[in-house]
Amino acid sequence: MTHLRRDDGFGGQGDAFYEQLVAAHRNLSEYDSGALNARLVLLLANHVGDPAVVAEAIAAARRGLAAGASGAAQESAE
Amino acid sequence: MGSYRYRHYAYARPAELNGGPRRRHPVVVVGAGPVGLAAAIDLAQQGIASIVLDDNDVVSVGSRAICWAKRTLEIFARLGVAGRMVEKGVTWQVGRVYHRDLELYRFNLLPEGGHQMPAFVNLQQYYVEEYLVDRARQFPDMIGLRWKNTVTGVRQSAAGVTVTVQTPDGTYELDSEWLIAADGAGSTVRSELGLPFEGRSFEEKFLIVDVRMDADYPSDRRFWFQPTFDPGQSVLIHRQPDNVFRIDFQLGWDADADAERRPERAMERVRRVVGPGVSCEFEWCSVYTFRCARLERFVAGRVVFAGDSAHVVSPFGARGGNGGIQDIDNLCWKLAHVLRGAAPPELIDSYDRERRHGADENILNSSRTTTFMTPKTAVERQLRDGVLALAPHFPFARALVNSGRLSRPCHLQGFPGFAADDGGVFGDMCPGMPCDDAPVSGVDGRSTWLLEHLGARPTALVFVADRRDATYIAESAAACGIPGLAIVAITDRRQGDLPLPELLDRDGLVRTRYGGATGVTYLIRPDQHVLARWRGWDAAALGAAWRNCLGSGSA
Repeated sequence: MTHLRRDDGFGGQGDAFYEQLVAAHRNLSEYDSGALNARLVLLLANHVGDPAVVAEAIAAARRGLAAGASGAAQESAE
Repeated sequence: MGSYRYRHYAYARPAELNGGPRRRHPVVVVGAGPVGLAAAIDLAQQGIASIVLDDNDVVSVGSRAICWAKRTLEIFARLGVAGRMVEKGVTWQVGRVYHRDLELYRFNLLPEGGHQMPAFVNLQQYYVEEYLVDRARQFPDMIGLRWKNTVTGVRQSAAGVTVTVQTPDGTYELDSEWLIAADGAGSTVRSELGLPFEGRSFEEKFLIVDVRMDADYPSDRRFWFQPTFDPGQSVLIHRQPDNVFRIDFQLGWDADADAERRPERAMERVRRVVGPGVSCEFEWCSVYTFRCARLERFVAGRVVFAGDSAHVVSPFGARGGNGGIQDIDNLCWKLAHVLRGAAPPELIDSYDRERRHGADENILNSSRTTTFMTPKTAVERQLRDGVLALAPHFPFARALVNSGRLSRPCHLQGFPGFAADDGGVFGDMCPGMPCDDAPVSGVDGRSTWLLEHLGARPTALVFVADRRDATYIAESAAACGIPGLAIVAITDRRQGDLPLPELLDRDGLVRTRYGGATGVTYLIRPDQHVLARWRGWDAAALGAAWRNCLGSGSA
């Protein structure tokens, strides 16, 4: 089973990627920045394709955020 | 309703009110909607009498369930009403999905030929109920239709169920061995038994309007996200017979339901959809919210819940009415076997297990659709709108656009009672699958359909090469020990003199769909689901598989 990649996937070119990501948001309203992020997530998640890897990424991204009382309350309401 | 004339079915004073002796009926069905009527007909066709109680005396007021799926039509064919439904209804198989003015994609629900029934037929629920009532009346000795008989109480013992029934002439009690509660989402039987009906509500209001107009609209299902012609979030249009169109408007949670359901207001919306110049006439409208919920168990003692009384879903995907008819298909042959003493009562537990699975599948799909259609937070909306924005350019995003995943037959692979698959047989029809249809010919050369020859009885489908094969099978059939077993021989060249009913696979599609090499044998449940299949005929194996099925209830 493939796991979420945790090493440096950019092979040392990470600074350039980060610059590119920040630049992509330049001159966008807060709403449009959110829209950009949403589209990026969709495109990249589809590129990964493996639901197990995506699930690992979601869990990793939520770490430190999920413990909030409001989040837990929302989950139980459903 | 301008286009449909309601008939009132005659109420008759029940004999019980005249103080005759009490007798226990095999089955009482509560509710004369599509599900309850289908149950009574299915049981009557299998020799089981029933009494149907309904609190009203007319068919459905309003068009309500209009989209009848292929599997449902196949079941209705077995019940003898599909012919009228297809003839009257609007057949369609293509769905078109738009974002604003742009068509994002089309989906085709039946891309291959060789099936008797179309992907979908749109037909107002009042017609379906009318045809079912007409059909039920063809069994006057088996089906007692009692209009204006309202169930007000339910109690049960080990021997059966007793309902209290209120009529215009007074109240009486009715005893039955089994009770089918087909009394809808607000089921009295369910609340009388104190059963919780839990689920998830969706905070969204919809307006549904039927209009009659001479519009040159296609029969396709058309769905718009963020339409340019309506301020709401989505619009769905379906064509029905009699030039009636169903338009579904997503109003938003904060909409004023009382204002929106005023016909003048509804027609203002309709006019923005159809444009000026098209004359249209108001038929019916309703504002609704919905939830997805189901009973924890569909069987409570001798009371069996079917249709909306057991489970409710959002309307997107046409999984309500279709799910209910699949319940009946699954239930009635089992009930008939139990009532005849041919199977233990525990067999009914397999209905509970299999149809809870079906309901869960429907609830899952319809909840996912609703989540996509009704984003609840700004971020949810951005994700949803992101999908819509990417859809014109990326196939993966089109696949995420969810305007309803339309009702598909439920598969039961791996459920108790179904055999493990024989790895040597090819084709998709593994145990647990509902049988695919295919065109065939009888020995008289008449064209017919495979599914017309399956169902109501356990059936063996055997691919034979010649008379010698067929004779061997016919002579060893008794060794199966399956009462009422029907055997159908599939041939690729007409033999004409077989000791078994012969169906010629005239287009080779039975072979393709069932992986039919000579000798391949299928055992099929009365609800047209594959129970087991083998490379060769083995009477003992068939018998064992059937007995395993009948005894699988408590598994």
